[in-house]
Amino acid sequence: MRQITVLSGKGGTGKTTLVASLAVFAGKLVITDCDVDAPNLHMLLNPSIMRKQEFKGFKVAVLDESRCIQCRKCEESCRFNAINDFKIDPILCEGCGLCAYICPVEAIELKEKVCGYAYISKTKYGFMSHARLNPGEENSGKLVTLVRQNARQIAEKENVDLIINDGPPGIGCPVIASVGGVDLGVIVVEPTLSGIHDMKRALKMLNHFKVNPLVCINMYDLNIENTKMIEAFCGSNSIEVAGKIPFDPLVTEAMVLGKTIAEYSPESTVSKEIKEIFGKILNPH
Amino acid sequence: MIISVASGKGGTGKTTVAVGLALSAENVQLLDCDVEEPNVHILLKPKIHHERPVYSLVPQIIEERCNYCRKCAELCQYHAIFVAKKNFLVFPELCHSCGLCSVACPEKAIIEKERQIGVVKKGLAQGIDIVYGELNVGEPMAGPVIRDVKKEIDRRKLVIIDVPPGASCPVVESVHGSDFTVLVTEPTPFGLHDLKIAVEVLRTLNVPFGVVINRAGIGDKKVYQFCEEEGIRILLEIPFSRKIAELYSRGVSFVTEMKEWKTKFQRLLETIMEA
Repeated sequence: MRQITVLSGKGGTGKTTLVASLAVFAGKLVITDCDVDAPNLHMLLNPSIMRKQEFKGFKVAVLDESRCIQCRKCEESCRFNAINDFKIDPILCEGCGLCAYICPVEAIELKEKVCGYAYISKTKYGFMSHARLNPGEENSGKLVTLVRQNARQIAEKENVDLIINDGPPGIGCPVIASVGGVDLGVIVVEPTLSGIHDMKRALKMLNHFKVNPLVCINMYDLNIENTKMIEAFCGSNSIEVAGKIPFDPLVTEAMVLGKTIAEYSPESTVSKEIKEIFGKILNPH
Repeated sequence: MIISVASGKGGTGKTTVAVGLALSAENVQLLDCDVEEPNVHILLKPKIHHERPVYSLVPQIIEERCNYCRKCAELCQYHAIFVAKKNFLVFPELCHSCGLCSVACPEKAIIEKERQIGVVKKGLAQGIDIVYGELNVGEPMAGPVIRDVKKEIDRRKLVIIDVPPGASCPVVESVHGSDFTVLVTEPTPFGLHDLKIAVEVLRTLNVPFGVVINRAGIGDKKVYQFCEEEGIRILLEIPFSRKIAELYSRGVSFVTEMKEWKTKFQRLLETIMEA
């Protein structure tokens, strides 16, 4: 089974646009949306949900006021400043349980909490594993791990040998969970100085976890000089540039209609380029 | 006053707006809390005068004292400690530095040790005090670095915070304590979808907010409809312009090159102050 994750470091460079069209060209695959805080892929692939699963990512401390003797021991020892004047702030609480452990009158209990939902759905192009973390929650990395587990299970059951993951922005916890054990990390970069800076950090992160990288330049014609800089950087670091996608307002038009660019405008340069990128992703140098 | 700039969706223009605000005000401190991918310094190129490491505390088990009772491993909610018959392992990347294991160990066999997970840098550019954090590559937890960046908040100044994308813990950590949040979005289905999520986060945090629409003119009108229905104020619109995009690509804030925007950002600040 081949697992590929599309990531970027910087947000908004076109990960989801690319993944949605890759799904069209793949024909048979399992797709995941690992951006569980702000998922968008479902808006282009219109999945119908088959299974919904509660995600209990972590616990939260709950105080029984009737038992509390107001000794402030919990308040003094909480490292997350989550307890103030005998009230626990569920937003700041990281569910570590220290307060419950040290409370002399057992007034605090750790309670499991539903932090989001994971879904398994069907799309025109194959099964999709996705999720939605409740706004402001913790542990998005753990939910990403669940999304990927679900994807592998369906892939095995349905005899599908390709999984493409749409990754979250950044290089922290949920991104690390999205790239663990994959065969290829595809970085979508835009030709801006910020984009290049963030791509370099994302490449270092892939290298740290020993994941092979591949780079795609999106909206490459917005700054040709920077595009050349990216190509030169990749060249001198032996990283393959799989393709250069031009800026095209058609991409937003397709998004507004809830369609992938590959379906909306198959003859566009963007679609043709993505098709070529798909080939290179399957057979990287 | 502390104003944070957030978005939900990545790449909508948070840094552009945060830098625009900072360049249009006096006596400003600009904090970049996107410690996974900080970009403020790309646009403002500050001269760094201070740099310090960020540590997180992780348990160290003293072998001679440990009797392998497993209490620490059972209590740890993050599975950061594994204890076998005559062996133990600590997974520092999973540790949240809560301190429970060292408090609970009956043999007093656990001490806490500092481990570096990032840096905080302080500098100056065009009269703006800049503080930004960098999470070490390969480290999963941004929280401690964000908290250390925020320790630098100088209340005598107007503080502007550039928030990471998304809607989970790093966003909450960054926005917490703000007097006002500017939500930057683009008028597209993705922008709207993620704006709605960001609005939910801010309503839970009870922070007043307004919306800046970036790349106005692309996409559709649904973001405007949503704001109207929800009674959310649209504070400013920045049109989609190849010139702004091109300036940004070179690491230049459009406020520096297109002077009329400085006035617009000043007016935006006044609106926020009144709110």
